[in-house]
Amino acid sequence: MGINKEIASRKKIPKKNKYSSDDIQLYTLCIIPMVLVFIFNYLPMAGIILAFKDYKYDKGILGSNWVGLYNFKFFFESNEFLKLTRNTLLLNGLFIIAGIAAALLIAILLFCLRGRKNIRIYQTLMITPHFISWVVVSYMVYAFLSPQHGIVNNILENIGMEKVDWYNTPMAWPIILTVSGVWKNVGMDCIIYYAALMNIDSALFEAADVDGANTVEKIKNIIIPALKPLLTVLTILKIGGILRSDFGMFYQLTRDVGALYDITDVIDTYTYRVMSVIGNLGMGTAIGLLQSGVGMILVFSAHYISKKIDSELGLF
Amino acid sequence: MKNNSKIFQLVLNIVFILFCLVCIYPFLLILGISFSQETDVAIYGYRLIPLKFDVSAYKYIFSNPVNIINAYKVTAIFSTVGTVLSVILMSMIAYPLSKKKLKGKGKISIYLYFTMLFGGGMIPTYILITQYLKLQDTYWVYILPGLINPWNVFIMRTFFARLPDEIFESAKIDGACEYYIFCRFVLPLSKSVLAAVALFIFFSKWQDWYTSMLYVNDDNLISIQYLLQRIMNSVDVIQQTNQDIGISKSVSITVMPAETVKMAMAVIASGPALMIFPFFQKYFVRGLTIGSIKS
Repeated sequence: MGINKEIASRKKIPKKNKYSSDDIQLYTLCIIPMVLVFIFNYLPMAGIILAFKDYKYDKGILGSNWVGLYNFKFFFESNEFLKLTRNTLLLNGLFIIAGIAAALLIAILLFCLRGRKNIRIYQTLMITPHFISWVVVSYMVYAFLSPQHGIVNNILENIGMEKVDWYNTPMAWPIILTVSGVWKNVGMDCIIYYAALMNIDSALFEAADVDGANTVEKIKNIIIPALKPLLTVLTILKIGGILRSDFGMFYQLTRDVGALYDITDVIDTYTYRVMSVIGNLGMGTAIGLLQSGVGMILVFSAHYISKKIDSELGLF
Repeated sequence: MKNNSKIFQLVLNIVFILFCLVCIYPFLLILGISFSQETDVAIYGYRLIPLKFDVSAYKYIFSNPVNIINAYKVTAIFSTVGTVLSVILMSMIAYPLSKKKLKGKGKISIYLYFTMLFGGGMIPTYILITQYLKLQDTYWVYILPGLINPWNVFIMRTFFARLPDEIFESAKIDGACEYYIFCRFVLPLSKSVLAAVALFIFFSKWQDWYTSMLYVNDDNLISIQYLLQRIMNSVDVIQQTNQDIGISKSVSITVMPAETVKMAMAVIASGPALMIFPFFQKYFVRGLTIGSIKS
């Protein structure tokens, strides 16, 4: 008893000055950033109640009538639901696989390369596309695909084939979008893999050289295992975002052409139209909520599955 | 893993040179088209190398440059102010989070990183900004939302956490408070990561067309990228009406060199950002690499 009491009283002593003045100063530094996060990230979450309401501008958010799950039901029963889910999952799945494969490949090739100067030049050129907007990229894509003057159609004509009206050919767009996406992002994405490769202990490679391992064996036995944790984290994050599309890419590159909606209309572009053209804010919010909620569930599922497979992996 | 065989290195270099050409080909293409003659484009289509070098597209644009200069000014202002504010505010929250012993650090982290997983979505944000905060048609709508980006905070925090502890300890013995340490030691020692994050933010702000499309009706307050988007559409409209009312192609071309003007506008909109980027690339790669590794 006596000892216990003593321990208890000892524990209490630091509690009296729970926060040192240093700590308080550190907290005050956080205040403004946290308020901003509250206003621009947490306050919109309160707006989620709109998903359960029939929003009318004149009645305001609180004054509008409750409609329960009607907005969700309306969306699920519409023709759009299946099409949008299919397009979003397939296209983003394609982007994730192509994006990771390309970034990994280029990082490994870059890692095999000798000479600081040329590595830096290559990196600079590969990152450059990341710094132009999707609007400018849409001009570039148009330069290639314009029905009358485009480079691609010029080539087709020169080799005696029919011109193609690309902005009227939905089936070509999964490839066009994937190529554009990889082109714009691969230089940036491969930096992080390249950095992880540079962090591998060079003794491992020397030992492999002594054992007479060839390049492929080194990639298989040293590089891939070393990149596994990073790959897992990035893949989990990407899977969590699979329902969220790069709005700029879809909206600008397709130039919002209706003829392509069958294949290129994704949840984000539809939500934007629901808001700006149709004006059904309740349903738009409901779709956003589904997107965010399912995304969060996906992140946690992917995290726990990768933990199950290997307890070293996962987000946290 | 350096394979030293000369042939292997040669092949690798060739692969990278080809890939880099693919990366910059579209830039050269729009540059080439913008310096072409409109009639050549109409007859032969877009070409990388102009048949006849011609600057009339740029002449046309700069004959009435008010819109462009204005959009440039708006973009430069909100990009610069937004970047400076963003870096300062993010480092203010990243520094406490880099402290190992701070109580409640976990809660602040969750508060911040939760926003990466879940959000209200496009429409609640739109209603908040337009009806409650009334930021539409002001500079603030470009600047305030998204000042704190959790991913960038994470990069900064990782970097701060790796600064040598001894400096802080000795400063504390001399009686320095945390504010002083933050301003006098942490920020100056972290120039590389701050520069990298600042560049990253600046370039993504420069690309902003979305904010103008959603929140700005005032033509004097639109960003350069949104102006570019509108030109793409309006040139189409002009051409379409010309064809509809039966004006022959050659006439409409002399009125306005539509195709080359479009591409010249794209060059003008992306030009400055691309010109300064190579000079900063070094900091950029280094800062991001340091920050993102060891996490």
